[in-house]
Amino acid sequence: MTLRVRWGTVAIAAVPLTALVLFFVYPVVGMLARGLWPDGSLDLGAVTEVLGRPRTHRVLWFTVWSAGVATLVSVLAGLPVAFVLHRLRFPGRDLLRALVVVPFVLPTVVVGVAFRQLIAPSGPLGSLGLDGTATAIVAALVFFNISVVVRTVGAFWEAIDTRREEAAAVLGASPWQVFRTVTLPALVPGIVSAASVVFLFCATSFGVVLTMGGLRYSNVETEIYLLTTQELDLTGAAALSILQLVVITALLVLAARVRRSPGPVDRTTKRLPRPRLRQLPVLLWAGLVIVFLMAPLASLLSASLRQGDTWGLDNYRALGTTGAHNALLVPATTGLANSLQIAMVATVIALVLGSCVAFLVSRPGGGRPMGVLDGVFMLPLGVSAVTVGFGFLITLDKPPLDLRESALLIPIAQAMVALPLVVRTLAPVLRSVDDRQRQAAASLGAGPLRVLLTVDVPVAWRALIAAAGFAFAVSLGEFGATSFLARDDNPTLPVVIYRLIGHPGAENFGMAMAASVVLAATTAVVMFAVQRLRVASVGAF
Amino acid sequence: MRSRLLPTVLSTLLLATALAGCGSDSKESPKTLVVATHDSWAMSKSVLAKFKAETGITVKVRPQGDAGELTNKLVLTKDSPLADGVYGIDNTFASRAVDAGILTAYDAKELPSSAEQYRLTGDAKDDLTPIDYGDVCVNVDDSWFAKKNLTPPKTLDDLAKPAYKGLFVTPGATTSSPGLAFLLATIAAKGDGWQDYWKQLMANDTKITAGWTDAYEVDFTAGGGNGDRPIVTSYSSSPPFTIPKGATEPTTSALLDTCFRQVEYAGVLKGSDNPAGMKKFIDFMVGQDFQEALPDNMYVYPVDSTVKLPADWASYAPVSPHPYSVDPSAVTKNRTTWLREWRDVTSQ
Amino acid sequence: MSGLDVRDLTVRFGATAAVDHVDLAVPAGSVVAVLGPSGCGKSTLLRAVAGLEVPASGTVSYDGQDLAGTPTHRRGFALMFQDGQLFEHLDVAANIAYPLRLRRRSRADQRARARELLALVGLEGYADRLPATLSGGERQRVALARALAVEPRLLLLDEPLSALDRGLRERLAGELHDILRAAGATAMLVTHDHDEAFAVADRMAVMREGRIVQAGTLEEVWSRPVDGWTAAFLGYATVLTGDRAARLRELVAPGEPWESVALRRSALRVDPTGPLTARVEEARVTPDQIRLQLDVDGAGSLPGVADPGSDVRVGARVRVSIDTSRIALIPSDLSGVEP
Repeated sequence: MTLRVRWGTVAIAAVPLTALVLFFVYPVVGMLARGLWPDGSLDLGAVTEVLGRPRTHRVLWFTVWSAGVATLVSVLAGLPVAFVLHRLRFPGRDLLRALVVVPFVLPTVVVGVAFRQLIAPSGPLGSLGLDGTATAIVAALVFFNISVVVRTVGAFWEAIDTRREEAAAVLGASPWQVFRTVTLPALVPGIVSAASVVFLFCATSFGVVLTMGGLRYSNVETEIYLLTTQELDLTGAAALSILQLVVITALLVLAARVRRSPGPVDRTTKRLPRPRLRQLPVLLWAGLVIVFLMAPLASLLSASLRQGDTWGLDNYRALGTTGAHNALLVPATTGLANSLQIAMVATVIALVLGSCVAFLVSRPGGGRPMGVLDGVFMLPLGVSAVTVGFGFLITLDKPPLDLRESALLIPIAQAMVALPLVVRTLAPVLRSVDDRQRQAAASLGAGPLRVLLTVDVPVAWRALIAAAGFAFAVSLGEFGATSFLARDDNPTLPVVIYRLIGHPGAENFGMAMAASVVLAATTAVVMFAVQRLRVASVGAF
Repeated sequence: MRSRLLPTVLSTLLLATALAGCGSDSKESPKTLVVATHDSWAMSKSVLAKFKAETGITVKVRPQGDAGELTNKLVLTKDSPLADGVYGIDNTFASRAVDAGILTAYDAKELPSSAEQYRLTGDAKDDLTPIDYGDVCVNVDDSWFAKKNLTPPKTLDDLAKPAYKGLFVTPGATTSSPGLAFLLATIAAKGDGWQDYWKQLMANDTKITAGWTDAYEVDFTAGGGNGDRPIVTSYSSSPPFTIPKGATEPTTSALLDTCFRQVEYAGVLKGSDNPAGMKKFIDFMVGQDFQEALPDNMYVYPVDSTVKLPADWASYAPVSPHPYSVDPSAVTKNRTTWLREWRDVTSQ
Repeated sequence: MSGLDVRDLTVRFGATAAVDHVDLAVPAGSVVAVLGPSGCGKSTLLRAVAGLEVPASGTVSYDGQDLAGTPTHRRGFALMFQDGQLFEHLDVAANIAYPLRLRRRSRADQRARARELLALVGLEGYADRLPATLSGGERQRVALARALAVEPRLLLLDEPLSALDRGLRERLAGELHDILRAAGATAMLVTHDHDEAFAVADRMAVMREGRIVQAGTLEEVWSRPVDGWTAAFLGYATVLTGDRAARLRELVAPGEPWESVALRRSALRVDPTGPLTARVEEARVTPDQIRLQLDVDGAGSLPGVADPGSDVRVGARVRVSIDTSRIALIPSDLSGVEP
């Protein structure tokens, strides 16, 4: 029995690991090898030369501090929102929870333009003089990543037994003291987890730094992009990629020491309170953050409803066309259909692989190897999309792995991006299943598969659907990896938007805005449905 | 018992791999032709249908990023080419493609005589075939200047004058191909003094954005975002797009003394599965039907000067009579140096 | 008055009143138990006193001062939860010193007081342990020590012992009584367990469906349950009404006005000199006595006992006496409802 279970574990691990090696490790190594072994021999001198350049130091410093500040601000801004959206009860809360996630899944190209329209000198916030400054970069990074903090920390916050905080209050702790001495220590693992992911996203962000910084600032990611796509300096790019990998791995190792998943949430006994007047400072703070998150979305919406000086739905009607002067190869609506289809396939792949990983890392007694496994699947988030994308082209080019022409290439790339999110959604829920329940089922005659179906699945199916929804939304908005891969005549909606925005003409711009709103609305609806599902099922069990 | 779950998981993955395998088979058929292009590719279906009717070949288009990214991807995948042929390498990247040896020479049979001037020189003459060209020019928002009762600028020197302080926005040379074209225009115009000129531009509060989109759609007064800068780097073909609904004249115009001419080429890739098909396609691209369709689809001028341009192009999108140009091999040789110097001048 | 005074307090959850016009006093220095079945609103009453629930109407005052505007942490109370709610990230000493730390007492003070309290609850040497390593009983003792640390003017205990197993509960109940007296605490205890209430408190209030149905000293409540439901909840085995009660009337207290009578399990005893006759329906031997079910002539089927070793067989007719200290007279009653 033991032997069979072991073999089972190995086999289950083999599936996602094979995918990771094929679709991440192999391409990245292939790309690095091109840079480090330019003429068939290892050229470390060139690497040291690149790392010694003053520009490299500047770029590294900017990467670290912009990501660090953005992470700090995201946490500070996200905490009150997590509190308000996960610990209070008020009408419209579920809708807000869904809306807060929208920025995270929107393509940077859309948000970049929306954000810049706000802060450009001619925009409503132009007087702040933020355009093209490092502050604007940090603000945009924060905009993208707040929802990571809200959702991660919110989950921890929901899991805290309110009576523990009440116990402190009755012992004489003021609300602030309760937060500092009881709530915060319980949130720390969640905050560390969220912060490490946010830092990862910020340190590897590319579109935001280019769009918001107007070329005055470079981080490691944009530098790799420039060196690879424009200067073809593969040695320089490889050196920076390795630097990036080392930093990210160190960060993940550090975070793994502090991180732990939130405890099981006892949803049946929870009766969340309504907001109270004395919480006004926190409510105002959260309100401001939410306004900050919604402003660029509102700016998108208003731009989509405007055509010249008139208002109307013309931009939306135009989505059935290929745009002014044939800006598109196919109508925007076809792009939406493609996106939905690709996202569906990507979701299935991410779910299959993610379930395997989550299943393994959530087994009790897995210990260190499982912790490493969890971290390994986070790596794709921390490595340059340019390196991965170009790596795909130069490594997946020979049978039986000639995937460059395959319709599965983009779904696979998107699935690798969504995979960590699936694992992080599923694993804590599976971990919350008391192992004695599995033992009880086994002692009653259930085989491993039956145990899985009768003990784990009934607990995890909701999380599974939630993970599917999240993965779907992420795939819908994914642009980075997609844009580096071959785009055929079946573009996704973000690619359609990118094309529209890249063509002159008010109609095309309006169409791009309308398509962006459709994309944002679709993701919001998906997230909202996911949310409703979880809430509606509370009473049913 | 667990083994019952495993086959399901494994077979899913195998199925996925198998499907992937199927996908790649279709490329082998000689009846299809894969062409790598830049992102701006657009061509009406009827034109491609005509090619299919003439040759029986179906063209599959694979956009691969801007001209630079396209060229670099092809160089990187030299051993196992992404496509049979390429369209969209321009004169700023042409010699990198030639030097990397990714192309097979082909002398297009029916190249129009007006295209001769755009051909590469020396040994590289037949590696790439010129298909179209476009002028990257400074555009101005005439209605903005009219409203303010100001005279719009005319030349590169004007852009550095105090009268136009804070009015000019241009995409960056390192991240945008029109941005690079504009840099090359200034290098051609100013020679060794180009860095001083850029210092003047920066002192005159010129704004640099990452891409054309940011410059035109956010900062330009006549773009989608109703920005606050009435002077922008764009194309000589941009003005017709600013003809307001119901009007007949554009509200913007291109400054024809500030233009850099970008020529776009097509070529046969070494290691192609279907070199004969690509050669046919190149012949087709320099032919009447394709050339005529270029302005409407890709906003570029056909190399065949006998082709009739759309009516509003004739009136509002004239090409520059004397564009700036830099020898493609000089571009390849100096690109990295120029870009690094440009980066130093433009960033604080 | 000094101590806690709850007047006409109502707490609503939506349309239902969890606490319905409740009056309750906890005089300084006394321990009052609020006894009631689960869902009767006793925990809500406790939380309202602590300031964790907002009352719909009525007042909570202490030493004559209305606490309506005073937030929980300024009331000077301490609340001990059913499951202790220890702070898992702090060790035992730090848990106990937590309220002292909030009040910025010196480190030496904190250590000394923690040691003193650990001794009081019988956990010397546990200072450095983490809560996760403690047993259920130890956790509750630590929670109690933490609650007592700053000498709260009112200690609120929410089912402090009910999470423990029976033996431990009985032992700890006695200790809790002694600890509270030793600390001179004023305390309000809510529980559903009458044994716990009797062991710890000196006054009690019985709560049912949001209302206090009876309050007084243990003796008052015990000997005069206000109705049959209360009697049953306090642990009386049977409540007799009407004709069945009448049969016992002349034997117990013929002059007093009462309608029903509650009997403990051992109120009827086989006694050759007893005034009642009965037939034995069931007999079960336990170590202390023989438990019987008797069909008492004129009063029907009732529980009773016989001394161990006595010869009682099922079907036999016996004489039975009433131990008046083991019955309670109920002045008026509408029902003999089981709680």
